[in-house]
Amino acid sequence: MSTEIEPIKDPGLPAHIHRRADEDEKYAKRAERQVAILFMLSAFGTLLLIVSYIFIPGDKFIFVPILGSTNAAQLFLGLGMAMALFFIGAGAIHWAKNLMPDNEMVAERHEFRSSDEDREEFVKTVKAGAGAAGLGRRPLIKRTLGVALGLSGLTPLLLLRDLGPLPKEDLQKTSWKAGTRLVTDPGNRPILASDLEVGAVAQTLPELAAGEERTLNDIGKDAVLLIRLRPEDFNLDAERLSWTHEGIIAFSKICSHMGCAVALYEQQTKHLLCPCHQSTFDVTRAAKVIFGPAARPLPQLAITVDADGYLVAKAPFSEPVGPSFWERSS
Amino acid sequence: MTARERIAGNVAGYVDDRTGAAKWMKKNLTKVFPDHWSFLLGEICLYSFIILLASGTFLTFWFDPSQREVIYDGGYAPLSGLKMSAAYASTLHLSFEVRGGLLMRQIHHWAALIFMVGIVVHLLRVFFTGAFRKPREFNWIIGVGLLTLGIVEGFLGYSLPDDLLSGTGIRIAEAIIQALPVVGSYIAFFAFGGAFPGEAFIPRIYTVHVLLLPGIFLALITVHLMLVWYQKHTQFPGPGRTEKNVVGYPLMPAYMAKAGGFFFIVFGVTAFLGAVASINPIWLYGPYTPGQVSAGSQPDWYMGWLDGLVRMAPPLETHALGHTISWNILIPGLILPGIMFTLLALYPFIESWATGDKREHHLLDRPRNAPNRTALGAMALTFTLVGLINGGNDILSTTFHLTINQMMWFSRIAIFVLPPIAFVITKRICLSLQRADRELVLHGRETGRLVRLPHGEFVEVHEPISPEKAWTLTAHEQLAPLELPEYDAAGVRRPGLLKNKIRNRISRANAVAVPKVTESERKEIEHGH
Repeated sequence: MSTEIEPIKDPGLPAHIHRRADEDEKYAKRAERQVAILFMLSAFGTLLLIVSYIFIPGDKFIFVPILGSTNAAQLFLGLGMAMALFFIGAGAIHWAKNLMPDNEMVAERHEFRSSDEDREEFVKTVKAGAGAAGLGRRPLIKRTLGVALGLSGLTPLLLLRDLGPLPKEDLQKTSWKAGTRLVTDPGNRPILASDLEVGAVAQTLPELAAGEERTLNDIGKDAVLLIRLRPEDFNLDAERLSWTHEGIIAFSKICSHMGCAVALYEQQTKHLLCPCHQSTFDVTRAAKVIFGPAARPLPQLAITVDADGYLVAKAPFSEPVGPSFWERSS
Repeated sequence: MTARERIAGNVAGYVDDRTGAAKWMKKNLTKVFPDHWSFLLGEICLYSFIILLASGTFLTFWFDPSQREVIYDGGYAPLSGLKMSAAYASTLHLSFEVRGGLLMRQIHHWAALIFMVGIVVHLLRVFFTGAFRKPREFNWIIGVGLLTLGIVEGFLGYSLPDDLLSGTGIRIAEAIIQALPVVGSYIAFFAFGGAFPGEAFIPRIYTVHVLLLPGIFLALITVHLMLVWYQKHTQFPGPGRTEKNVVGYPLMPAYMAKAGGFFFIVFGVTAFLGAVASINPIWLYGPYTPGQVSAGSQPDWYMGWLDGLVRMAPPLETHALGHTISWNILIPGLILPGIMFTLLALYPFIESWATGDKREHHLLDRPRNAPNRTALGAMALTFTLVGLINGGNDILSTTFHLTINQMMWFSRIAIFVLPPIAFVITKRICLSLQRADRELVLHGRETGRLVRLPHGEFVEVHEPISPEKAWTLTAHEQLAPLELPEYDAAGVRRPGLLKNKIRNRISRANAVAVPKVTESERKEIEHGH
């Protein structure tokens, strides 16, 4: 028994095993026919595509098991195209695997490292080039070039400035003012307190003055949810309670987390849930966050009724609505 | 010489007279590529990129990248008379009135998903087999760049139709920008041309989606492939394969036919998916308005893990000195992904620092033979998967009748607990597999044949494995741990002591392995029998 450690040896490349088609012309012929059939299937696919394009009307729907009701033209155009492409590929690969040479070949690798000589030469060339330019000997040129290059980098920044206006007060303010009527969305109808039953929810927006147009930017800030509870359900301080009207409470619908519409109201638990990240707000406690990633309650809008009995804002929002930003103070 | 050969000769001569390409062509047309199914993953990415360019070009002919408000009067009755952006209306037109338009939209979206799956699985293959090691670090970094850009490009792409779902996604992206300290609201206003949503964003991301990013993709993919070509492909260990050679099939003709054929296969499968599998049916979501959202809003899967991290973040915000910092957005939305992508990009350098291995590697590792790396990969993957699962927490809750709170608390705990567990288990599995390899080489494979010996004992007959197999299972090298000494030769304490200790510790962990079988051991066993 030898004590010397001897590693297992590399037996070298295994002998090449011939395929049946390499040795028997009969099998080679058969493979050839198979390839031809695959290519013909592809041609048939294109034919199917052409026929579907001409003969199937664009509005024809058919029932296909699993898929359900499907647009026939789109389905058969797609199937034709899929066949046409797939079988070109299948044919080419079958051809390559059975009829093209499959001898493994060995190629040598070479280390990427250049010879020491070349590397020295390279460094020398760079040094000589830099020396010839005299960058080291002429610091004035070096420094002024640095200044020029650095400053020229400001150009694109400066020119991109006009991409948009400065935020100014835009993130801080909404269109709600004291006395603005709440109107339904959609419909733009003013709302009487009696329109809402206990447990009801309504999406509202501020009423537009004649000739005003509502943009998506407005909706993105102004959307307000009205919810009616029994007044005794509230668990609010005196100030917040005075912001409600006969059990009707109003919150910004724009999530204080990332600005999605807080669209899900659970009547039983009186919770509002944002479908984007599942922040959950308790309506009875002024939309306090009780679960999820939101860090702040939904801003509450103080409401009351005007002389005609329609719901109006008592005051603008007391804080910015929507997601946080650097300039937000609380 | 046949007429055909003469013509081919003439063409080749004509080209060579003007370019001198014959020498280069001669060498490269017979270039050898090793064969393995996992080497097709990168090809899938390349082909789906080509499909994306082709189908995307088709879509641009009809798509109107504008947020100008129009009243819909097209063929889809349920939305008739509704106000919507021209982008959304033109996407409806593409889906319902342009013949093959819906097919192309679906092919484009499916190709994007395949592109991203391909990139991720290709990345995993490269990671777990150690293909990123010297000299291929540059290509690894380019790959990480392509992954990152792919996520951005995909997000911008599905944002273009301006439907309710994608608009919600843009809203969230805007909130992330807005959360940046100091400059957030300014950058958001510059990006959106004012307050959200404005009318500038879709035309702007359209330019980025169809021109800027595809241009960068094209450049990066070209360099990626040129490097693969120039550095020659890695190969798995096996008989006759060494660090100094590459064993495989020549480009011309077999490899060319296979690769070309595979392009058509990928295209065919994508077209089939586009034909039968509905994806992103935007007409069901309705046009975007900031006041609405649909339940079960989900991003595409490659964004899902990020959304999952955002969902599980604790409600942390700092209010101080009249300013707000939203940790609940910054940490999961920017800081964590920033750290993850940086670590991913730097991994080749981290590993070579820890092992002290600065040599070239062209033979791939079997994942079990690099237990630490494999376990790290499993750990990162588990982290991302928990994020992805939480990204679908609402869907999972309704599907499995759980509460959203249970799902969220599961994820919040699992994101800390499961990755380390995955590390430990994976490392154990790797070492067990090494042990199994050792058994196999030493004692051969179980034949399932039981033999009764004269004295009554039953034994199972083992058959020795082939020399080729034995070599494949033992061809890897097992590195000894770095033992950086505390004192140098002159007895002086070396600087960076703590750093060296950490390095020693990692290197020791890296070197844990089941000793591989030597020929001497095998012979000893044979004599023993």
